[in-house]
Amino acid sequence: MEAKTKDLWVLIETNDNGTAKNVGLELLGAGRGLADKQGGKLVGIVIGNNVDSAVKAATAYGADTVIVVEGKEYEHYTTDAYSKALYALVEKYGPTSILIGATNNGRDLGPRVSCRLKTGLTADCTSLAIDEESGNVAWTRPAFGGNLMATILCPDTRPQIGTVRPGVFKKTEPDEARTAEVIKEDFHVAPEEIRTELLELIREVADELVDLEGAEIIVSGGRGVGGPEGFKPIRELAEVLGATVGASRAAVDAGWIAHVHQVGQTGKTVGPKLYIACGISGAIQHVAGMSSSKTIIAINKDETAPIFNVADYAVVGDLFEILPILTAEIKKLKA
Amino acid sequence: MNMLVCIKQVPDTTEIRIDPVKNTLIRDGVPSIVNPFDAYALETAARIKDKDPSAQIVLLSMGPEQAKNALKECLAVGGDKAYLVTDRAFGGSDTLATSYILTSAIKKLEETEGKFDIIFCGKQAIDGDTAQVGPEIAEHLGYPQVTYAVEASVEDGKVKVKKEVEEGFEIVGVKMPCVVTVTKPSFDPRYPSIKSKMAANRKEIASITSADITDIDRERIGLKGSPTKVKKTFTPPVKSGGVKIHEDSNAATAKKLFDTLVADSII
Ligand SMILES: Cc1cc2nc3c(=O)[nH]c(=O)nc-3n(C[C@H](O)[C@H](O)[C@H](O)COP(=O)(O)OP(=O)(O)OC[C@H]3O[C@@H](n4cnc5c(N)ncnc54)[C@H](O)[C@@H]3O)c2cc1C
Ligand SMILES: Nc1ncnc2c1ncn2[C@@H]1O[C@H](COP(=O)(O)O)[C@@H](O)[C@H]1O
Repeated sequence: MEAKTKDLWVLIETNDNGTAKNVGLELLGAGRGLADKQGGKLVGIVIGNNVDSAVKAATAYGADTVIVVEGKEYEHYTTDAYSKALYALVEKYGPTSILIGATNNGRDLGPRVSCRLKTGLTADCTSLAIDEESGNVAWTRPAFGGNLMATILCPDTRPQIGTVRPGVFKKTEPDEARTAEVIKEDFHVAPEEIRTELLELIREVADELVDLEGAEIIVSGGRGVGGPEGFKPIRELAEVLGATVGASRAAVDAGWIAHVHQVGQTGKTVGPKLYIACGISGAIQHVAGMSSSKTIIAINKDETAPIFNVADYAVVGDLFEILPILTAEIKKLKA
Repeated sequence: MNMLVCIKQVPDTTEIRIDPVKNTLIRDGVPSIVNPFDAYALETAARIKDKDPSAQIVLLSMGPEQAKNALKECLAVGGDKAYLVTDRAFGGSDTLATSYILTSAIKKLEETEGKFDIIFCGKQAIDGDTAQVGPEIAEHLGYPQVTYAVEASVEDGKVKVKKEVEEGFEIVGVKMPCVVTVTKPSFDPRYPSIKSKMAANRKEIASITSADITDIDRERIGLKGSPTKVKKTFTPPVKSGGVKIHEDSNAATAKKLFDTLVADSII
């Protein structure tokens, strides 16, 4: 497909209640510089139901134009409804580039749409730039579990699409006074065209909101905490720091903590300002999910633990003795 | 029930080291393994077959001749038959070209093996980590898909999938034929027995080349057919200057950590 404009699109993923997920708003901040360099507009794409608040957020976080597709069928994400809607919009408007959050839904939708468009998709990017020579987007992403970085171009087909890791880019300050052109597209998908049916939704911990992707600070525990009660010092430190609790797969598999807390290749990918790994060895699958954190503190009694290779602060010692003292000191400091 | 499982042979990324001098990946001597997510996909299919012994599991891989070793391993833990798509013309393919080639091979296979009701893929291959080939096969075939599956069963002519989402899990029903991509489930793949290993070793693995897929569009395969191009690769900058804190006692370590974090304005 030929691009009809120089515009850069950002998919603003919505929650079932119509609010915007953080990652889309982060990508508006990241997309501004790219859109300006490409010489086009920054366009927010909002698909969902009752999405007024998401449209407002997209405007406040920097979209020049917001294109909205609204309907009951978009309330809960389905591959069929969302891929049809996004494909129809791309066909009509012809953007040059599209950024999609690398969430479970984003990574379900991205390949479906890029394949329908017969264009390239770069998955799970951690850095974005414009290639000076060619003017294409230079998508940089980790491969081999984070051992290698690759910069990828999509020179000949349009749009060029990438999914981008949540938490890598920070949201800019919202400007509630901004205005944007809002275009409502009346596009609907018939129920029989949606070939999957949601039978049940299992929210793992209904009483506890675990927003790892949006967290500024994460305190994580691994097999080294020794059991479910071993998460107590972790939670106590998290509380004084206003942090979210994370975990390694080993701790989750052992049944010590719910899966929603898991960080890594089969859990969440996070990028907080501060990540504190306690009793985690630093297996490649864990590190793949947290290496883009700004500052990493690792507490481990094994001096040779690979987690120390990615740590800014390599703390060698017993977490059960270190954490309570650290927590107490921080409490005093904050009092 | 006729199932296909896509198997990729990958280098064991946990064994990969960086050459400290040249700052490049050391791939020599790194063992090749069955992509772990594909092993989970096969186990998921095998569990469906456990309940319905008349079911068939066909394995499909694309790669060099040595990928037959990966297929052999999979034949010993649930696969009935295996095919390898292999041709120099397929080299350099990105995910779009790979999924196109695999889809063309699947259509070819269906002429003899019958239509597949469920096509399983791993969530992602651990070398590229893209998680794209599964959904792209679904798109080429025009099938519905369910990604991030941790369990799947067949009930009343539909596939019931437990799928991981950000907030927990969803139970999703999907019509067949469909594509299901599998992430790490709560169970481990089964082990081969000596008997199943021997039986697997005796099985013939047929190769499928571009000549066998007569209607394949040569503009859409290999490097030429790949819309994405790798501009450069590099090893991530190592965190230099990581501060080590290791005092004589845990209490002293804790104190020093606190003081350092305050001094560095981390907390
Ligand atoms: C396909 C696949 C996907 C995976 N996905 C993920 C994933 O998403 N996330 C993930 O985390 N893992 C994942 N894993 C598992 C991963 O390979 C590791 O097994 C796991 O991360 C190990 O968890 P751990 O570090 O908590 O446990 P271990 O490796 O057992 O490490 C425990 C550490 O705690 C330290 N320790 C023990 N006691 C103390 C103490 N008192 N004080 C301080 N330190 C102590 C030990 O020295 C050790 O280093 C995956 C594996 C596969 C094959
Ligand atoms: N060369 C290949 N041969 C067979 N299956 C593949 C191949 N490449 C990818 N797949 C399948 O697609 C899944 C996702 O791969 P990827 O998109 O490369 O992360 C893998 O887990 C496999 O099931």
